[in-house]
Amino acid sequence: MEIPKSFLGYKRENGRAGTRNHVIILPVDDISNACAEAVANNIKGTIALPHSYGRLQFGADLELHFRTMIGTGCNPNVAAVIVIGIEPKWTKKIVDGIAKTGKPVEGFHIERTGDIGTTMKASKKAQEFVMWASEKQREECPLSDLWISVKCGESDTTSGLASNPTVGNLMDKLEPLGVHLCFGETSELTGAENVCAKRGATKEASDKFLKTWNAYNDFILKEATDDLSESQPTAGNIAGGLTTIEEKAFGNFQKIGNCKFIDVLEPAEEPTKGKGLYFMDTSSAAAECVTLQAAAGFNIHLFPTGQGNIVGNPIEPVIKLTANPLTVKSMGEHIDCDVSKILSREMNLSEGGDELIKTTLRVANGRLTCAEALGHKEFVMTKLYRSA
Amino acid sequence: MATDIIIHDKKDNVGVVVIEKITPKQDCSCWIMEDDSTINIQSLDEIPLGHKIAMTDLKEGDTILKYGHDIGKVVKSTKKGEHVHVHNVKTKKW
Repeated sequence: MEIPKSFLGYKRENGRAGTRNHVIILPVDDISNACAEAVANNIKGTIALPHSYGRLQFGADLELHFRTMIGTGCNPNVAAVIVIGIEPKWTKKIVDGIAKTGKPVEGFHIERTGDIGTTMKASKKAQEFVMWASEKQREECPLSDLWISVKCGESDTTSGLASNPTVGNLMDKLEPLGVHLCFGETSELTGAENVCAKRGATKEASDKFLKTWNAYNDFILKEATDDLSESQPTAGNIAGGLTTIEEKAFGNFQKIGNCKFIDVLEPAEEPTKGKGLYFMDTSSAAAECVTLQAAAGFNIHLFPTGQGNIVGNPIEPVIKLTANPLTVKSMGEHIDCDVSKILSREMNLSEGGDELIKTTLRVANGRLTCAEALGHKEFVMTKLYRSA
Repeated sequence: MATDIIIHDKKDNVGVVVIEKITPKQDCSCWIMEDDSTINIQSLDEIPLGHKIAMTDLKEGDTILKYGHDIGKVVKSTKKGEHVHVHNVKTKKW
């Protein structure tokens, strides 16, 4: 198949391109959710991103909170941002971080004004932003403007046999065309960590990966009270035939094809070494991982599933693929790309990869994903430890 | 003959059922992805889609190989053709 050289995206002020054109209402903290949701209810075409944290956090955990908030606002799938927090200082910090992209952003704090007054002021600005954004047109953008993140979920053995290798085949075909790629799920590489480390493009990248994996594994061993049965693998994984974390890890690892990773990113860290594949240190929980990848600037997501994970994200379209024919039959409304014919050998891996490339481009050009049509907007902050 | 079981790597001692289920005493066709070869096995258990079958006799302490790699240890001896899952295999990690 000849791979198209471009897609239709929204060009942004900082040179990036979006596959979506969202105006988001971003609460800084948990107690600002109500106001953010009120604004999004007032002004049609905007979306609020409620979440559970943002108070009394400190140290690396607070840094991650800011990185996720600012990164979400900076994502090229976002045209403009309203930030609402309880206090002015942290609100301003997030506004200033997003403003560096050159996109419209304005902050509002609730203290000394209350929810109703803040909702009124923020709604007026949100209306202005959404009407401005509604005039943006899709333009031809080079394929290299795609930043593709991947994460699998509710995996089973069909994931490792077919849907994950299909993503790997797409990576092998698109990596030479200059796209950015990102995989994560630190804990779900357990058992395959040494094989994965060998995929570092440099010794620095390999060493950094092993250091990251070891730190995560030490944390799990410290907190674990049993053999993690039903957590890793999950009950769903086990029902689908996956027996051990090692088996799950080798299946997971198929997603990167034959690519090598050029760097290891902190959670929600924007890649800065140019095109190519990156590993990001993330939780293996679907919504947490996708939220971090979107905050790092990735603008389209591939999500292979076995038993049928249904996750979505408010700003980064999440494309589901599966090779499990029972999942296609029973949960078809969640599946954007069906590669179950790989198992019956009516389709080979390269044909599966081509199908996924076609689906990815249709979604990049504006076709809604199943998760978008069904209203999945899971926005989940990763919290590193208890608040002060 | 349609493929009933897929095996990733020649070294693997388990295969994955890729039809809705296999039944006891079923003669199954197994496709090995690594070298595109085909072998046959007779099942001893009913095994559902996505679950594994032992391709050789396995004794306690043996290592399960899938993708050509170590994915855990045998904790209960298992005959060729039997179901391989959490009842007879455990992780070597965690």
